[in-house]
Amino acid sequence: MYRSHILVCAGTNCHSGKSDKFIEYLDEKLLEHKLNEEVKVVKTGCFGLCAFGPVVVVYPEGIFYQMVDQAGIERIFAEHVLKGRIVDDLVYEESKKHGVIEPFEQTDFFRKQVRVALHNCGVIDPEDINEYIAVDGYQALAKVLTTMTPQQVIDEIKASGLRGRGGAGFPTGLKWSFAAAEPAGKKYICCNADEGDPGAFMDRSVLEGDPHVLIEAMAIAAYAVGADEGYKYVRAEYPLAVQRFQKALDDARAMGFLGENILGTGFSFDMHVKLGAGAFVCGEETALLTSIEGNRGEPRPRPPFPAVKGLFGKPTVLNNVETLANIPRIIMEGADWFAGMGTETSKGTKVFALGGNIVNVGLVEVPMGITLREIVEEIGGGIPSGKKFKAAQTGGPSGGCIPAKLLDTGIDYESLAQVGSMMGSGGLIVMDEDSCMVDIAKFYLDFTVDESCGKCAPCRIGTKQLLEILEKITQGQGVMEDLDTLKTLSTHIMENSLCALGQTAPNPVASTLEYFWDEYVEHVVNKKCPAGMCKDLLTYTILPDKCIGCTICARVCPVNAISGKVKEIHTIDEKCIKCGVCVDKCKFDAIIKV
Amino acid sequence: MKKIANVEELNAMRDKLKDKIGIRHDVPNNIQVVVGMGTCGIAAGAPAVLSAVTKEVGRLNLQNVTVAHKGCQGNCENEPIVEVIIPGKEPVTYVNMNSQKVTKIIGEHVVGGKPVVEYSKYGRIKGFE
Repeated sequence: MYRSHILVCAGTNCHSGKSDKFIEYLDEKLLEHKLNEEVKVVKTGCFGLCAFGPVVVVYPEGIFYQMVDQAGIERIFAEHVLKGRIVDDLVYEESKKHGVIEPFEQTDFFRKQVRVALHNCGVIDPEDINEYIAVDGYQALAKVLTTMTPQQVIDEIKASGLRGRGGAGFPTGLKWSFAAAEPAGKKYICCNADEGDPGAFMDRSVLEGDPHVLIEAMAIAAYAVGADEGYKYVRAEYPLAVQRFQKALDDARAMGFLGENILGTGFSFDMHVKLGAGAFVCGEETALLTSIEGNRGEPRPRPPFPAVKGLFGKPTVLNNVETLANIPRIIMEGADWFAGMGTETSKGTKVFALGGNIVNVGLVEVPMGITLREIVEEIGGGIPSGKKFKAAQTGGPSGGCIPAKLLDTGIDYESLAQVGSMMGSGGLIVMDEDSCMVDIAKFYLDFTVDESCGKCAPCRIGTKQLLEILEKITQGQGVMEDLDTLKTLSTHIMENSLCALGQTAPNPVASTLEYFWDEYVEHVVNKKCPAGMCKDLLTYTILPDKCIGCTICARVCPVNAISGKVKEIHTIDEKCIKCGVCVDKCKFDAIIKV
Repeated sequence: MKKIANVEELNAMRDKLKDKIGIRHDVPNNIQVVVGMGTCGIAAGAPAVLSAVTKEVGRLNLQNVTVAHKGCQGNCENEPIVEVIIPGKEPVTYVNMNSQKVTKIIGEHVVGGKPVVEYSKYGRIKGFE
């Protein structure tokens, strides 16, 4: 019996803040004070509040400590662990809002969340299979193997209304039933953990925080469709996730949750881990399967769909990490429970990686149907430094920008598509008034041009053309015709590309053109960037009435573009590279960009 | 690591491991045993009392009990102090605690529901005179 648990987040973000050192320190100190049998240190996955990491949570009180450093952990040990005194100044600000320290579950950030896929993240030690078993781990697998037929499993998943969380939203139960309907023989279950959208890290968190749930879900899927072998395709850029998943795999195998005759039921299933080499296109299902086969990761036309002819030509189910993370809960709690959350067409919850200009940068899981406003303003804590919300980008490079007037859009597959964006895998990047929408479109196109595999012309050549036009506009050389070209070209690429990468790549351009037309016109006609982001359309000047000649700007300028004597008005010449350092350093607000 | 051969073994293992993570869940209806761990309490031997409480709760495998600690309550001469809070009932404060007393309190009050009157501050408890 442990009277207290100290949870130390070991997700990638907190890990980079040296949280692994805290665990060593605590273990050593507990031993020294002979408390190692009373207080337990637990290394957990991500809590979601990455902006405030490294995170340490102390139970039974549920006190959430933020931005802990070595000095901080020493104080937490000396005060809280030894004497039961909460270290006030390290407590997560939000939980102190009402004058008393509340358990973190009651703060705005956590209260509105519903954790299904992230159920165990930040609760259990991902590297300890015993903790997973203690929270009913592998019970869903036991249930399907002993009490359900494969058809019943598929019916249950169908009834739950679960749809693919990788972006396209295809009904998961239906996908399974296609593969199950194929004649018996070799079949595969694959898991897509090649999370590539800039700013998205939902799948990584599940892999790092609750790896066993994926093994369990893949075994359930294998039972449902009649497969006996699985592949997990995970990007090599996630070393911690790969390492934890591999550990989970070894443990699950050692305890008999993988291999021959699982739980004495006669069902056999095992799986491999395949590392992706970092190509964005390998997140596309046909490209991913081709890559597992050992070939160059390129998509192929569908049909035949993978459920019929997939990996090594055999029927294959390919599900995204987050989709799979929902499966054991659905089996345990029932399809009705899951279908009771969300909207008419989109059931359950969705995990979003909140990023950009928002206070609570991190990971949130919300019920479908919640509005963007609730996510941004309540859970996300709004925009920092009192700036105004301008747009939210969902769906990564395949998604679009949603403007302030559509903030009350409910989050589900259909309504996001209606406003010109998409659910995508769940990246949600918030932009404030200082963001230039042409620049944003350019950023995403730059990404897709890099990542286009080059197999089909519309994507390979089309996206490059889009990017060149956008560059022209941001450099002040655009003409009004360019805007029409952008529109028609976007439509062409969407209609003619081979795979989803090309079909959705123009979305950032199309949506910003629709909602921020005036901003494009401003760039083209007046050669001005209203947000002050496009360097070529800016000049920096020193206001003579404000400059006192302190020389700071001249000293910090990296290219010596500022000249002037002490106590005389300074000037900026044409050597200026528009880096903005002088503006930040000037104490008299004497430098402006126009 | 031992292979799990069937569902019964899995269930048995889960039940055995449950208390490893129990306190990480929301348990508002738990009985609380709170040990005063102010400087005064620590000087009077509260750490040993806290250890004793923890061991006893663990030994009896009491899933519905949370062991907590708190600071000085201004009653320093009577430390170590242990408070037993059963939801819906008056909290009971025990004074001058030691490991032997803890065993009795956990057994009779926390498990049995009957306060140990003679260990309370004034030797009497409202409702149990």
